[in-house]
Amino acid sequence: MAKFVKKPKPLPAVSTASLPDIVFMLLFFFMVTTVLREQDLLVEQKIPQASQLQKLQNKTLISYLFVGKPKNTGLYGSEPRIQANDVLITAPDIVQWVNQERDLLAESDRGLITISMKVDKDVKMGPVSDVQTELRNADARRVLYASTTKVNR
Amino acid sequence: MSNEINAGSMADIAFLLLIFFLVTTTIASDKGILNILPPKQDPNVPPPDIKVNERNIFNILINANDDLLVEGEYRRTPEGLDQDIKDFILNFGAPDEEAVALFNSLPASIQAKALRRPESSDNPGEAVISIKTNRGTSYELYLEVFDMAKKAYFEIYAERVGLSADEYRALTDDDEASKMLQDKGKAGIPMAISIAEPDKIGGN
Repeated sequence: MAKFVKKPKPLPAVSTASLPDIVFMLLFFFMVTTVLREQDLLVEQKIPQASQLQKLQNKTLISYLFVGKPKNTGLYGSEPRIQANDVLITAPDIVQWVNQERDLLAESDRGLITISMKVDKDVKMGPVSDVQTELRNADARRVLYASTTKVNR
Repeated sequence: MSNEINAGSMADIAFLLLIFFLVTTTIASDKGILNILPPKQDPNVPPPDIKVNERNIFNILINANDDLLVEGEYRRTPEGLDQDIKDFILNFGAPDEEAVALFNSLPASIQAKALRRPESSDNPGEAVISIKTNRGTSYELYLEVFDMAKKAYFEIYAERVGLSADEYRALTDDDEASKMLQDKGKAGIPMAISIAEPDKIGGN
């Protein structure tokens, strides 16, 4: 009687053909959601948390002001500073900066300019109110206190 | 012999790109708390002398040590402040004719909240929340208190139109239906949060 010797079949390799598809999917997701950093942050930014957040519809109307302790304390000191675009400015420069930002908008939208204030947690109200006073002087009165969603305890 | 192009290295290339975007990505967050600042004051024109009854103002003071004084009462943390603000707005202590009509239009669940205390606000149209800080107050606490005041208003608006506060805040004025809901929630109860200029104490 002949013995049926089972020839060990080589295990079929796991198909990796769909791997590129998966990776491409992830790739497209990140490509779509990504915003390349337009500016280097010169100040520390630990954004505070809040619960009543609203999202603005029209992103083009938003200009950003960063307030916080400078990262390079040797050069800029340790007091909170204001960053607009790529440079640190002082409070009286804000009016000029707002006017520049406003000029970039369409004429019909100029009254709706919104300043997103990204203020570090550790900043005190003093610098914040100085910025707000200047924004009032520049008549850019819509202010968005940037914050992240608070996780409910 | 097959004529297929070897696509094995495709995954490597894709990974490389993926890692690049993973590293450079910052998911944009344009979320925040919206605040409309008051217009600039003309130094030549004295500020208008507006008479508001003391009982119609809900005073919140925050000092440089981050202690709170709410309606003359000392507090360590802002916890529970949103509930107090809600009670204050919906007090209906001495409603005029308009406010009575507003009161009757509110759903029963909100009507039940009217405490009718004589020392609290007359009606929601008159009620003002005033937040005053020192220059040394931390921004984080200020934002937390401001957030609470907003929360109180949004919860009232949302309850009026039968939504949750989150749903109400997500309403946009893009389409007619949600704009109508938004207006219906707000009608007669203006969001009056006043932010006083900080005192020059404890800061620079």
